[in-house]
Amino acid sequence: MSSATASGPPDAAAALTVVDAGDRRELRLSGRLDSYSIAGIWPDARAALTAAPGRLIVIDASGVDYCDGGGIAMLIDLLRQQRAASASVSLFGLRPQFHALLDQFDPAAMRVPVEQPGARINVIAEIGRAAAITGRDMRAQVAFIGETAAALWYAARHPARVRWKDVWYTCEQVGVNALPIVALISFLLGIILAFQAAVPMRQFGAELFVADLVGLSILRELGPLMTAILLAGRSGAAFAAEIGTMKVNEELNALTTMGLDPVRFLVVTRILAALLMMPLLALFADLIGILGGALTMITFNIPIASFLHEVDSLVDVKDLLAGLAKTPVFAILIAGIGCLRGLQTQTGASAVGISATRAVVSGIILLVVVDGIYAFVYYLLDI
Amino acid sequence: MPADPIISVEHLTAGYEGNVLMRDINFTVNRGEVFVILGGSGSGKSTLLKHMIGLYQPIAGSILIEGDDIVTAEGAARRAILNKIGVMYQSGALFGSMTLLENVRLPLEEYTALDAAAMDLIARMKLQLVGLDAFCGHMPAEISGGMQKRAAIARAMALDPMILFLDEPSAGLDPITSVELDQLILRLAKSLRITFVIVTHELASIYTVSDRVIMLDKRTKGIIAEGDPKVLRDTSDNPWVRQFFRREVAAEAA
Repeated sequence: MSSATASGPPDAAAALTVVDAGDRRELRLSGRLDSYSIAGIWPDARAALTAAPGRLIVIDASGVDYCDGGGIAMLIDLLRQQRAASASVSLFGLRPQFHALLDQFDPAAMRVPVEQPGARINVIAEIGRAAAITGRDMRAQVAFIGETAAALWYAARHPARVRWKDVWYTCEQVGVNALPIVALISFLLGIILAFQAAVPMRQFGAELFVADLVGLSILRELGPLMTAILLAGRSGAAFAAEIGTMKVNEELNALTTMGLDPVRFLVVTRILAALLMMPLLALFADLIGILGGALTMITFNIPIASFLHEVDSLVDVKDLLAGLAKTPVFAILIAGIGCLRGLQTQTGASAVGISATRAVVSGIILLVVVDGIYAFVYYLLDI
Repeated sequence: MPADPIISVEHLTAGYEGNVLMRDINFTVNRGEVFVILGGSGSGKSTLLKHMIGLYQPIAGSILIEGDDIVTAEGAARRAILNKIGVMYQSGALFGSMTLLENVRLPLEEYTALDAAAMDLIARMKLQLVGLDAFCGHMPAEISGGMQKRAAIARAMALDPMILFLDEPSAGLDPITSVELDQLILRLAKSLRITFVIVTHELASIYTVSDRVIMLDKRTKGIIAEGDPKVLRDTSDNPWVRQFFRREVAAEAA
């Protein structure tokens, strides 16, 4: 037999005939009753039953060639209907081997509706729950900051005990592998900045000052910030997913029972790698961004040499350092929050995804907050 | 009972990336029997099972399910074969975001045109068959490992397959739950006439449920024994087979 249909061997399809004889109604079933073929007759059979509430119902199943669990379910459905004694439903003619299947079930028990878990939403309870969760989360963050700081301090005093192999490996993941995307985004940023500024400034013959605008904004602000956002999207999410998967696989429990601190083992290496790579990536982003601006200005008849000279004359090393000074803090934030979300992973298939999402979202929020604080402090200190 | 092969594995050579796990294997599974695949760790039991359900592509050979080759079938023909089989994975593999009832309903929703009430009833009856009627609305994470395996069997049975494949049904279960699972398998095999193909190395369960076993061995990369497990235990002259059965027997006596 090599049938290519999804409905099994080609027996006679399921069929239903309703015959009214005096005060009783006969439902004659025939053919093959399986999950695929009964879909056509099940609603009709149920309708025939409910349309005759006062009559005796007899189901004649002597014409049934084959009956699987689906067919049995249909018979149970018809037999379980709540009816008056004078209008009961009875069944005859079902072959013994199928009747044995039917006997495993009690139609009366199937009348009781399935208990679904309560899905009602109480606004006040939800607000309370959200507040409690937020409170717990903040506590966890404070505790995590403490643990991480202790572990980093330990690492600083015992550099030999840091797992440098893991650090270098993570450096490659976080730093080297991020170069293409960082280059792409910062190059685009330089082009867009330069072009958007050059068009209005040309009206005043001030195209040359685009160089200052691009140089300052990329070095002080956008280079480090865009790199940090990319890092949050790439590596923050990756840290959360890696550690989350390890948690789901009980690898974290294994570390703990071996007496190894997951924070020292997993978090410190990742924070160190991010700390090492983030300033380099930001510097790289600065260079590529300015290059993008310079190339754009060629189309406005400003040679690269003049562009760079203009950048050099106005932009100071101080500006470069002001930008780069943010990167260690960004790195600790992103790597830390990624690891924290990973450690907080719950069980289940969607848990790792949720952790990665939360790592990116909280990472970016913290970046914005910290960058604002930096801007304020720089303003006060007149840097 | 006359032999009526429902699955025939012919000249199967399997493995991955140049590492052949089994070479030129032949056997058949008869309709209605409980067939057990035995072997030590690393002998390729689970790999063989995954070939039989079409997850892995063999290096050579064919696997016929009711005469249709699952290796070469594609599209609708492949779906038709897959609808004849149900699989319970070692971990249960229930979808964690759905209740048990929704897990069992899923194949019905995708493959039949039944209305919602009908699908609910069928799904509920399957769960009742495995004794989980009271847990329809629970999430998989809320029930025990043994219950998850039973729910996975209920899901595998949603479309009334002719063959159920079980990968290590008793792994990770306590002896009592494991015996209950054996009883369930026997009851389903008897009442629904489902053919079972089971991968296990739980000796107690093998003697209880199986009609016939094959035993794989990684040293010969093939089948080293085939037949009734009790007969193999008592009469096999293959030292590896004797070791497999006897060691456990000795442990049981102790």
